[in-house]
Amino acid sequence: MEYISLFVKSIFIDNMIFAYFLGMCSYLAVSKSVKTATGLGIAVVFVLLVTLPVNYLLNEHVLKPGALAWAGLPDVDLSFLSFIIFIAVVAAITQIVEMVVEKFAPTLYSQLGIFLPLIAVNCAILGGSLFMQEKDFVNVGEATVYALGSGLGWFLAIVTLAAIREKMAYSNVPAALKGLGITFITVGLMAISFMTFMGIQL
Amino acid sequence: MKDINYKEVLLKPIFKGNPVTVLVLGICSSLAVTVQLKGAFVMALSVIIVTGLSSFVVSLLRNTIPNRIRIIVQLVVVALMVILVDQVLKAYAYSISKTLSVYVGLIITNCIVMGRIEAFALGNKPIPSLLDGLANGAGYGLILIVVAFFRELLGSGTLFGFRVIPESFYEAGYMNNGLVILPPMALILLGLIVWIQRSIQKDLQEN
Repeated sequence: MEYISLFVKSIFIDNMIFAYFLGMCSYLAVSKSVKTATGLGIAVVFVLLVTLPVNYLLNEHVLKPGALAWAGLPDVDLSFLSFIIFIAVVAAITQIVEMVVEKFAPTLYSQLGIFLPLIAVNCAILGGSLFMQEKDFVNVGEATVYALGSGLGWFLAIVTLAAIREKMAYSNVPAALKGLGITFITVGLMAISFMTFMGIQL
Repeated sequence: MKDINYKEVLLKPIFKGNPVTVLVLGICSSLAVTVQLKGAFVMALSVIIVTGLSSFVVSLLRNTIPNRIRIIVQLVVVALMVILVDQVLKAYAYSISKTLSVYVGLIITNCIVMGRIEAFALGNKPIPSLLDGLANGAGYGLILIVVAFFRELLGSGTLFGFRVIPESFYEAGYMNNGLVILPPMALILLGLIVWIQRSIQKDLQEN
């Protein structure tokens, strides 16, 4: 039951885009068509799902104050290293995921194309790991469910924005507001609608 | 190597080539910290330091970094700078570092830092790269502070935590706008800033 509420919470209430603005750069850049947006969305879900549990285990067993007790070093606190370790894990895993997908699923690879390498610098991925550190999950299961939920929330957000932008191509927007300006305002309005979920206790 | 116009390097990113509103870089971590001017100010300062120093260091190393692994090397340099800033904040401004929470760490993946390294520092000498990094950080900080100014003024009636809207206004029925404090308004404010800038600079308009 806890897993389900965590899952729903991370998709809707703690939505990566609408509540924390994470992964905004690629969110705005790659949301011009639904097809590419879907590709990037799937890639983000995938990479989050792989990196977050790995970073969780690293945080629990290497980085936390006292986490190195199993190696006979109970007084060591490596938490200041977490940024560098997390980003290294994210960059390395994106690289590995890219190679594995290229080898075993060439069709998926050609669909995801350039998006896979770009994900290493997507704030949503590193943000997921940093939030995980703040939230103190009890076990790997919770971290994985959280990763899946926030990935799907991101996916949902980018696909809906892409659909709206496809429709918006036919509307008459003031010249200076075209493109970036109206996209910001659209995302703002979407975020207001997502605020309906705020205050729901699960 | 061609001569570098220092004035252009320093001034362009502030308005004409602003990294946030023109190049659409680094929006990720910027909006959540703009509820209060104080947080925005500290965040702006941190980004200026990180962009400046990491551009400088990468530029020093630019001839020794193998091209294939440059992204990893750059990430390590940037992460190092962010760790320094984070540790300083934790030591001297603990309460602010708590409110900024994960967003200090997210400077690592802030596209401005990587973008300027890729676009400028890899092909230029250290001093111009340092200036370019500082100027781009400042351009980003400017947007952050403008957004935070309006959000704090309209949302809480304060600036830097000091009350600027007098009591008599509240007695006459004035109320703080609670919506401005919530995340969506940051996006809408940014949209309006882009609108104003593009009305002035017609060449930026998209078709």
